[in-house]
Amino acid sequence: MKEADIRFAKLLILVNGAVPLALLAWDALHHKLGANPQNFAILTTGMMALIFLVLTMAVTPLRKVSGWNWLANTRRMLGLYAFFYAGAHFLLFFCLDRGFSVSSTLTEMVKRKFLIIGSTALVLMIPLAVTSTNAMIKRLGGKRWRALHRLAYVAAICGVIHYYMQVKADVRQPLVFAGVLAILLGYRLLDYLRQRKPVPIAAKPKVGA
Amino acid sequence: MKEANKISSREVTDPAVYFNRRKFIQAGVLATTAVATGVIYHRLNPVGAGDKHKLNTAVIQGVTKPPTATADASGFRVAEPETSLEDITHYNNFYEFSTDKEGVASAAANFETKGWQVSVEGLVRKPKVFGLDDLLKISPPEERVYRMRCVEAWSMVIPWVGFSLSKLLDAVEPLSGAKYVAFETLLDPKRMPGQRSDVLEWPYVEGLRMDEAMHPLAILASGIYGRALPPQDGAPIRLVVPWKYGFKGIKSIVKIKLVADQPRTSWSLYAPNEYGFYANVNPQVDHPRWSQATEQRIGESGRRPTLMFNGYAEQVAHLYADMDLRANF
Repeated sequence: MKEADIRFAKLLILVNGAVPLALLAWDALHHKLGANPQNFAILTTGMMALIFLVLTMAVTPLRKVSGWNWLANTRRMLGLYAFFYAGAHFLLFFCLDRGFSVSSTLTEMVKRKFLIIGSTALVLMIPLAVTSTNAMIKRLGGKRWRALHRLAYVAAICGVIHYYMQVKADVRQPLVFAGVLAILLGYRLLDYLRQRKPVPIAAKPKVGA
Repeated sequence: MKEANKISSREVTDPAVYFNRRKFIQAGVLATTAVATGVIYHRLNPVGAGDKHKLNTAVIQGVTKPPTATADASGFRVAEPETSLEDITHYNNFYEFSTDKEGVASAAANFETKGWQVSVEGLVRKPKVFGLDDLLKISPPEERVYRMRCVEAWSMVIPWVGFSLSKLLDAVEPLSGAKYVAFETLLDPKRMPGQRSDVLEWPYVEGLRMDEAMHPLAILASGIYGRALPPQDGAPIRLVVPWKYGFKGIKSIVKIKLVADQPRTSWSLYAPNEYGFYANVNPQVDHPRWSQATEQRIGESGRRPTLMFNGYAEQVAHLYADMDLRANF
């Protein structure tokens, strides 16, 4: 793929990633967030963070399966959007749910397991966002950078658990996220096992054995 | 030579046109994906219909409003702004129709309540199966403006139309062995599609202790804002117990049974460590997963502190004088 096309792919993600934020703001301005707009905004930004986390993690499997290596260029922006929406989610919780009270935000965060887990996800994403630049990749070296960025898996798992735990009874949506995440992590596990133990040609399964 | 030149200049697209076309296609792709993302976003995060249609259920005739002076002491009329009809009818927890609060109104729109009957039975001298009209004749309709505090930490102020549950219980003459009142919602997955999923055990069941049920604040409501209840708010008849969390207010009731032992209740069956039988509004006793100290009043921007017994302590605290409210949450 040409440089210009890659740039366009990135532009596509930049614009599309901003669409939910723009619509959320637009709907909020026009009082179209339903009866409980505060809750709606908090839930929606959290949902967007999860969606972008999952999309980020889908890049590598998709790239390997399809052979479209240019996909790798889109990963950083997807990941940064996940961090952006997670940050907005937390900020809205602080402002709207905790009424700008630092003390009540902190007490709630240490008291509630689902908030501890959610905060863990957000905190884990900070070093990933900070080291997302080309300069940082160079400085850390590919191997170390990749190892560090596996924290994204932990962040995604924490994010889905956080969502699952705060749902009152209908857990279908968090389970969908868990399922997709399991597939994406499962792919990586299989990939890892395959690379570690290259199957010798002679060890092909025998028919009828 | 001349000839060839002519042809080639016709066939080779001018670079300016070529790049413009490219830009044009890219802009098109950009716009299309942005619209698609917008549509997907709204699908994933539906916000109620936002329709401002008026409540078109029947007007309830002869509703008496409690005189304000006495109303204050009784708790029958709270002096806080009433929540809009739009919000009361488009933000509902009614899992029999949908687990999406914004989606209940449309899912319940065609719920048919013709021929509704309520069986009042158990430890009573005069058990009876009431037709809805007979039931509503038990006592004249009164307006009661109550706070409604959901266990999810949001609240409303709702002008109900109803009458004290005690009037019905008096009419059927409870026997001395009756210590609790058990309530049951209609079980009919055809009319209540949410009952096809097993998110809760169906039918929805609730219960009150006898003295709670006899308290004048506990009402059977058949209307809001002077009109019959729309389906999403529990048509045709529901329980309202304003000092308890909203889930105690069982909707679309078909059975009321007076019993000797504490009845099973739906949410405490689902998660006994999170939802108790009493479920009194209490800012000091948190839900295991969230604080109950404050609440989001629907229609307001900031949060309000949650009041003990939802602000009805003066009227009901004596019912729980000797009880550990932390253990009996």
